[in-house]
Amino acid sequence: MEPLLSVEDLTMDFGGIRALDQVNLRIHPGEIVALIGPNGAGKTTFFNCLTGMYTPTGGTILLNHQGKGGKRINGLKPNKVTELGLARTFQNIRLFSNMSVLENVMIGRHCRTRSKIFGAIFRDPATLREEEDIIGISFALLERIGLADQANTFAKNLPYGAQRRLEIARALATEPTLLLLDEPAAGMNPQETLELNELIFSIKDDGLSILLIEHDMKMVMALSDHIFVMDYGRKIAEGTPDEVRYNPAVIKAYLGEEDVRA
Amino acid sequence: MLTAKDVRQALLIGLWFMFLTFPLLVIKVNTIEDTIIWRWNNMFIIGGVCFVATLALRSGRRLLVQKKQEDASLKNSRLSSRIRTHLHHKMVYLPLLSLVLLFFILFPTQFSTYQTTIMTTALMYVVLGLGLNIVVGVAGLLDLGYVAFYAVGAYSYALLNLHFGLGFWTVLPVAGLLAALFGVLLGFPVLRLRGDYLAIVTLGFGEIIRMVLENWSEFSHGPSGISNIPRPGLFGLDLSLNQSIIYTYYLMMLMVAFTIFVVNRLQNSRIGRAWFALREDDIACQAMGIDKTRTKLTAFALGAFWAGMAGVFFAAQNTYVSPKSFTFLESAIILCVVVLGGMGSIIGIILGALILILLPEYLRAISDYRMLVFGATLVLMMIFRPQGIISTVRRTYTLKR
Repeated sequence: MEPLLSVEDLTMDFGGIRALDQVNLRIHPGEIVALIGPNGAGKTTFFNCLTGMYTPTGGTILLNHQGKGGKRINGLKPNKVTELGLARTFQNIRLFSNMSVLENVMIGRHCRTRSKIFGAIFRDPATLREEEDIIGISFALLERIGLADQANTFAKNLPYGAQRRLEIARALATEPTLLLLDEPAAGMNPQETLELNELIFSIKDDGLSILLIEHDMKMVMALSDHIFVMDYGRKIAEGTPDEVRYNPAVIKAYLGEEDVRA
Repeated sequence: MLTAKDVRQALLIGLWFMFLTFPLLVIKVNTIEDTIIWRWNNMFIIGGVCFVATLALRSGRRLLVQKKQEDASLKNSRLSSRIRTHLHHKMVYLPLLSLVLLFFILFPTQFSTYQTTIMTTALMYVVLGLGLNIVVGVAGLLDLGYVAFYAVGAYSYALLNLHFGLGFWTVLPVAGLLAALFGVLLGFPVLRLRGDYLAIVTLGFGEIIRMVLENWSEFSHGPSGISNIPRPGLFGLDLSLNQSIIYTYYLMMLMVAFTIFVVNRLQNSRIGRAWFALREDDIACQAMGIDKTRTKLTAFALGAFWAGMAGVFFAAQNTYVSPKSFTFLESAIILCVVVLGGMGSIIGIILGALILILLPEYLRAISDYRMLVFGATLVLMMIFRPQGIISTVRRTYTLKR
């Protein structure tokens, strides 16, 4: 099967520092892929390169957009990348805190809707219909993450775990084919993590692919079909959870000693 | 309920003020006779007053805190939220709205033309405030040069009328569009800027426009300005000065109504949401598929549009424009309207504009102190209600099934 996303020799330099060094990665449709590695390994930089926040110094990112073959997305603006079907969440929550929970999700619909200034002023039938669609879809997403009854509260007033879920809902509202989650379980309690696992599985069931950065190894092992391990900007290992678990290079990266066996 | 600690603190504050005011209130140099007069009385008065005032303030505050704790048990007991829930009730706000409308409609018949002129000016600031609100309040782009667009509008009318004889009604939309164009022109170079940096560049832009108007005499008639600008016409009828003032007032009212209508609809649309998102977090906003460039430019253009139209009204009302009317102070006042009224809140900005423009006028009775009172109002306002008179209320949505 043709990969949904293939990254070849992705390199990112910040001045003299090479944050990413020729990273290769492939994601097939419907897969949950995890990207793990110690702090500072370059995982978030990798995300930022994929989503257009950074322009990579070298390499190619090819996205199989709607089955029409690979489209190079390096250096595209973040909003263009999102339009092509890559949506992300952030490691440090970046919700629109002074907007309501529902509006946060409605923002996600922005790139899938078209109404312009004149539509906004005159509220023609097409605009009204579009607006109703936005509200309907957003409510449905909120129901899915269990926040429908808090639709009109400010996003900043939600508990932490709910804020993380809301970020996922907001990303889903952009109708992605690949969802990038940057440490979605960070700071969650075990119960919340469990709910998050279920949510991620249900997203996978909808046919989306997921790329996941996560430090919670239990979660990574339970969820992932394929794991990539990074350290110092390089990919040091890849494989199924079991392959990665016993890979000496991975153990070394995490524990720092060669002769330790997990 | 005053403790020894309070008394000690009050004593210290009294002493501190005695020390601070010493050079000003105690020492008096008689420059003619070269003698120094020591006014020790003043020092003790200051000390005493500060001591008593501190004690009073402290016990007052203590009482307030106690009261608040008692109130805390009653949910939603705060006045503002109580007012708000009442206002949202149709039975309340419809009669209230019609009353306010009636007041504004009858205003010129009940008051002198002087009052009407002042009210027209205040309404002009409502339009300006609502326009700047799009840029500052909604999209979160701090613009300190907003007056530039106001100037563009006023000079468009003055110059197009002078050279081409175009009338008020023709120029009104043209000036709006020209100002919007200037908004885009300003928008392009500042697309990458945020916060303080953006504020400085917009400040510079405002000054550039003013400088050009002041120095490019062949174009703008320089500092002497352009006079004899016609007032708005009414189907070619000859209006007396009084009639014309009243006519302008009603036009301005229509203009305000139009602005409120459009701005309200814009805020509650797809574009408005994008502006709010941009204000909240521009990185997340972009990651959610919003074109930051376009969103910023539309905010600048649509904000400037209203300033352009208000500028035409300004030129028509005064029949005269000169660069002196478009200084930084003007931008600052419009910004005050937005901040004082409540960023992003339309009703708040209307109130803000009315208070800020009318207050100094009606305070003329205490002429010497009016700017002092004005300043104090602003300071107190920002201490006790930093979110503005009326803070933004997010629209609530319900799902139609």
